[in-house]
Amino acid sequence: MTLAATTTAPPAAKAARNESRAWRKLKSNKSALFGSVLVFFFVSIAVLAPVLPIQSPIATDWGAVRQAPSAAHWLGTDEIGRDLFSRMVWGAQASLLAGVVSVIITVIVGVPLGLISGYFGGWTDQLISRATDALLATPFLILAIALAAFLGPSLTNAMIAIALSAMPVFIRLTRGQVLAVKTEDYVEGARAIGLSHFRIIARYILPNVFPPILVQATLSIAIAIIAEASLSFLGLGQQPPAPSWGSMLNVAKNFLEQAPWMAMWPGAAIFLVVIGFNLLGDGLRDALDPREID
Amino acid sequence: MLRYIGKRLLIAIPTLIIVSIFVFSLQKLLPGDPILVMAGEDRDPQVIEYLREKYRLNDPVVYQYFYWVSDVLRGDFGISLRTNQPVLTLIKQKLPVTIQLALMSMIFAFAIGIPAGILSAVKKGTLTDYIANIVALSGLSIPNFWLGIMLILFVSVRLRWLPASGYESPFVDPLRSFQTMLMPSFVLGTAISAALMRHTRSAMLGVLQADFIRTARAKGLSEWVVILKHTFRNALIPIVTLSALIFGELLAGAVLTEQIFTIPGFGKLIVDAVFNRDYAVVQGMVLCTAVGFILMNLVADMLYVLLNPRLRGQS
Repeated sequence: MTLAATTTAPPAAKAARNESRAWRKLKSNKSALFGSVLVFFFVSIAVLAPVLPIQSPIATDWGAVRQAPSAAHWLGTDEIGRDLFSRMVWGAQASLLAGVVSVIITVIVGVPLGLISGYFGGWTDQLISRATDALLATPFLILAIALAAFLGPSLTNAMIAIALSAMPVFIRLTRGQVLAVKTEDYVEGARAIGLSHFRIIARYILPNVFPPILVQATLSIAIAIIAEASLSFLGLGQQPPAPSWGSMLNVAKNFLEQAPWMAMWPGAAIFLVVIGFNLLGDGLRDALDPREID
Repeated sequence: MLRYIGKRLLIAIPTLIIVSIFVFSLQKLLPGDPILVMAGEDRDPQVIEYLREKYRLNDPVVYQYFYWVSDVLRGDFGISLRTNQPVLTLIKQKLPVTIQLALMSMIFAFAIGIPAGILSAVKKGTLTDYIANIVALSGLSIPNFWLGIMLILFVSVRLRWLPASGYESPFVDPLRSFQTMLMPSFVLGTAISAALMRHTRSAMLGVLQADFIRTARAKGLSEWVVILKHTFRNALIPIVTLSALIFGELLAGAVLTEQIFTIPGFGKLIVDAVFNRDYAVVQGMVLCTAVGFILMNLVADMLYVLLNPRLRGQS
């Protein structure tokens, strides 16, 4: 491709070229691949939980209380004889659901707010920015705990609390990206030919601010999974008897001497799935970094 | 400098106002009427009316907000429903415990995070860098409440080296206090050290490429003088901005750590308040945390200007 062709290429074509380079770069990153495998493994387990031939996660067996891992119970049983393997599998569903849904809520609400704030500027920007500062002023978990406390303890409310707590990061990130993009020639051009604000944002700004949002979303899923586990550990997330890795750890801490395996699996699973999303997010960041691509 | 501080304070005011509106609105999220709960099972209409008047709930919401703010500005954060003590007194009682935990955690965080960050940057691309990065990533990914539980399992239950829970004031029994705080502060310090390591590494890598480092090496200075005196001192400037982030991490981490190790601090107070539906305490604590965070940000900004001679002139 000639230099002229490169410089006159529309932003969409350039973005498509960068996309394929980014994809190649991501595929050659071993850490990111390992992260993807971990994420895929846990997502598969969570999705397949209802069809897997496993015991009910809430069925109690008083004859098999706190049994160590065995052929009958691969990961052992808990304090009321429930099979830990099936609770781990169903717990994956709660953790991933909370992680993904809360980040989706954050993106759906936070990104448009960031777009409006950065694109229109003025009083709208001031108002949204100060509200973002106010939300950022409260540590993530304390804000989530306070919201979960006032909304009432449940997995849905935990997801809302996590989404609200994670939102300021997305608003600020999107706003910063929009400020950088909106002075580009192609946006000025779109404005000059009289396109509506909505079309300019949707057609020219959003696709160009999307890569860093995707990276942040991936890393935020990891943070949201830990936040959900923390809230459930404190009793403010998934309510018993429904399984969640956090609430399983909360119970397990009371039986460390008698049944240490109860505490090992949920924590290890949280660690692995979080490290998976972190590796994937880091890989995406490297692959989508414009300094590396251009 | 004074003008800069004034400007930063002015920006902090609208943020504080929005924080106060947010914290005030929290109680409005509560399902049902709290007065009906307070009135007991009889629900005598006269008692309900008295309580409504007492808590000024018959006034418009905007008036209620201004009453609440004027109380808060006078240091009245309300009364705890459970202990009947003023919220501020409760916070003052619990805060020293969390400060002790935070200080010990910081020692762990700095002792692990900064040397690891320096080493990783200096040995970039080597096995040392690779291992340090894996350890940092693991530190960021490990749920610290699980790390705490595993430490209790191995160090307290199996080896019986340290107590699994409890708290002792350092002014009563310093050794016992140190023993009870060792595991919790390690757990809390680990998460912060991972973030600190990553930031130190990236700041060091930025400075190592600067011209003055090449000059220092060309002068024949030893490598460690170049690294510690010339590189690290300059890399410290962006690390200072982390102080607000560390403050947030410490407070949020303290909530879980104090819960696991049964430490009667700020973190345990908020969790207990949530379960006792002691909403005035939750509100007061969120407000104090937010104000503390905004102040930490201000301090970090000022330190940043003080440490950076180029910014000092501009401000």
